[in-house]
Amino acid sequence: MPPAVTLMQTEPAEFAPLLRMSGISKSFPGVKALESVDFAVGAGEIHAFLGENGAGKSTLLKILSGAQAPDTGTISLDGKATVFATPQDAQRAGIVTIYQEFTLAPDMSIAENVFVGRELGSRFFVNHGLMEEETRKISRRIGLDREPSTRVRDLAVAEQQMVEIARALSMKSRIIVMDEPTSALSRSEVEKLFTIVRGLKAEGISTIFVTHRLEEVFEICDRYTVLRDGRNAGAGRVPETSIEGIIRMMVGRDVGLLAHRQGSFTQSEVALEVKGLNRKRKATDASAIELHDVSFKVHKGEILGLAGLVGAGRTESARAIFGADPLDSGEVIVGGTPARIASPSDAIAQGIGLVPEDRKQQALFLGLAIRTNLSMAAHDHISGWGPFISAARETALVEDYRRKLNIRMTSGEQLVGNLSGGNQQKVVLARWLALRPNVLIVDEPTRGIDVGAKVEVHNLLIEMAREGIAVIVISSELPEVLSLADRIVTMREGRVTGNVPGPGATQEQLMTLMTMSAPKAA
Amino acid sequence: MSTTGSPAKATDTSFDAFGFIARFAPLIFLLVLMAVFAIVEPRFLSSINLFNVMRQVSITGLLAIGMTFVILTAGIDLSVGSLLAFAGLVAAAVAKGGMQDRFTVGDDAVGYGWQLAALAAIAVGLAGGYIQGFAITRFKVPPFVVTLGGMSVFRGAALLFAAGGPISGFDKAFTWWGQGKIGPVPVPVIIFLVAAIVAHIVLRYTRFGRRVYAVGGNPEAARLSGLNVTGIICSVYVIMGFFAGLGAFVLAARLNSAEAVAGTGYELTVIASVVIGGTSLFGGAGTIFGTVVGSLLIGVLLNGLVLMNVSSYIQQIIIGVIIVLAVAFDTFAKSRRKRG
Repeated sequence: MPPAVTLMQTEPAEFAPLLRMSGISKSFPGVKALESVDFAVGAGEIHAFLGENGAGKSTLLKILSGAQAPDTGTISLDGKATVFATPQDAQRAGIVTIYQEFTLAPDMSIAENVFVGRELGSRFFVNHGLMEEETRKISRRIGLDREPSTRVRDLAVAEQQMVEIARALSMKSRIIVMDEPTSALSRSEVEKLFTIVRGLKAEGISTIFVTHRLEEVFEICDRYTVLRDGRNAGAGRVPETSIEGIIRMMVGRDVGLLAHRQGSFTQSEVALEVKGLNRKRKATDASAIELHDVSFKVHKGEILGLAGLVGAGRTESARAIFGADPLDSGEVIVGGTPARIASPSDAIAQGIGLVPEDRKQQALFLGLAIRTNLSMAAHDHISGWGPFISAARETALVEDYRRKLNIRMTSGEQLVGNLSGGNQQKVVLARWLALRPNVLIVDEPTRGIDVGAKVEVHNLLIEMAREGIAVIVISSELPEVLSLADRIVTMREGRVTGNVPGPGATQEQLMTLMTMSAPKAA
Repeated sequence: MSTTGSPAKATDTSFDAFGFIARFAPLIFLLVLMAVFAIVEPRFLSSINLFNVMRQVSITGLLAIGMTFVILTAGIDLSVGSLLAFAGLVAAAVAKGGMQDRFTVGDDAVGYGWQLAALAAIAVGLAGGYIQGFAITRFKVPPFVVTLGGMSVFRGAALLFAAGGPISGFDKAFTWWGQGKIGPVPVPVIIFLVAAIVAHIVLRYTRFGRRVYAVGGNPEAARLSGLNVTGIICSVYVIMGFFAGLGAFVLAARLNSAEAVAGTGYELTVIASVVIGGTSLFGGAGTIFGTVVGSLLIGVLLNGLVLMNVSSYIQQIIIGVIIVLAVAFDTFAKSRRKRG
């Protein structure tokens, strides 16, 4: 049933929003995350909040939820200026965020989760009966057909999400922020979620809906806001725009900034081919990303771009190829022969290297010296007598790569944790180059490093291709992929959705492949 | 989050000063403590007393060397005392040539010789360590739990093996390893120092040593660098077992006896030595030098307190407080490092 009054009929000029954030700016060391961003949501409105990875969405949502403070800008609710110093402040004001990764305690009951931190009862004792009673009432509103005493662990993912929504409702929330709520759901579960969201709308509760599935925006949202590079790139009523229009707003930065590189070193010989990689979501890890029949090949000397939004399965494919995560099925063919890769050391033996996504968590030993970090995978190349490492060989190796990669450091003994991001990344690249790999997968190679170092890393990747290494570049920055790649494979929700030549490809074309459903029957 | 573009700032100088103090804090504390005891109790500085302290320290010091490997991987081994007791009894039985002569005291009770006895102790230690390392890596049970279980299992095994009584009375060649001297230096002290030097070289200059630090510092990065993380973790418990066996042999030699209750409470002293010596319980950072200093520090502290007639109950309280302070300091230093 449609709500009695929808804001859709009011003119933008008279639009009196429930929430208005104006002129929000936020900087982190070296990065300007948000610059004078405006964001407004009306009562009972379903508002799509869109943007590429790194556009500033999460920063704005963190400010809205009180987790971070803006440098400048104001937030007003119902026309009254407010300050959310803590997440509790925001919750008390009726703004509740449901994150992509649920924050439920799996071994507690639905009711306990709904009222966690706000348990009902007397001063010392929890009144379970009352809590379950209240939970049942809320559950009924959103169609969660489960006993409130059920353990959350025993629920399906979609049901767990409903528990999150129930928790939000129990806080008398007026605005529910849902970060990628549909990414882990099946189509029928998505339908059900939309029914709930429409029901909330009828009650006058607003939903801020963050999604990468643009079709859904047109299915359910009333209004939209698009961010790009930390600034407003567009806002308005959904019926007045189109998917193409939104994509243009999302990617419309100056494409001419990074021209595609000259020439190609692609050889005829295939260095790595993957066929039909599959991984199903396990019951123990419901938020894991599935892979469905991922296949592609990369030639010697070729730079292959792997493009997709967060959760598209790019990193998961790379980790599976490298033996870091298990596969259910699939074939990895290295240099024409099928390889059995069960662990990273198997992959290394096959000449495959991986520069992981998160430098600090997955690649570096921050408490150890540059020298130790750089040579970590290449111990066989710097062996001395017996079990010993040859200090001379190691020093020579470090010096060699310091020069080749222009790593700015005082000495090999310096702690790697004290280097800048760009130099840290060079140390990780050097670690793999020291192994002379045939295939090098680099996941977000320039994340969090400054512009100068970025260009250096790009040149390094091109240099590797020139030397005949097959390079797979995973990047969330489309200009980076476009400027580097000889060929680009796009992914969405664990599937390959496109395989296009790099030169001549456009951001719009890639964004369409990355956000639209694969032309495959579900 | 990212410290892009600001690799070295003015904070570097203050960081270094702090880093210097953090690094040498145990040594500084040890020297201060020795100075205080020397002033309060002149007997403390006599060479007899100092060698006495070192000999007392040598057994737990040996265990602490093994424990350093374990803690460097962010693990822990609570079973050391029990494993030591069990290994010591097996060694004693071998030395006596069986259980029937176990109460015979003196040189006449020669069984299979000290060589085989020492080998038996070490073999028991290695096996015990391997079983625990296997359980930790294969069944993914936390080291704390596995070795807590091991603590009980090995103690039970020791009690069962000893059938209630000690095994005493070894020949001179056996007891020399615990009671003998080379020049003025007690043999256990020499064993301890040689073991420390070897362990230092292994950790510092070998591929294996590198990998121990890597696995402790960042297991995920170690795995993605192609290291055999489970193999390395398993092997540090085997190394710990080796030192438990060696320690058992030396202790039996020193006491001229092995008994099932030997080494009770050693895990506390040993872990304390390592942690006070600056090895991080979070893994990835620490040195054998620190562990040697940590062991000496505890030895000196206990010796000084004894000389000053402080009750052994109070000694326990002091040791406990110092462990907590040392870990608090480590955590503090770590958070400083993160901010730096």
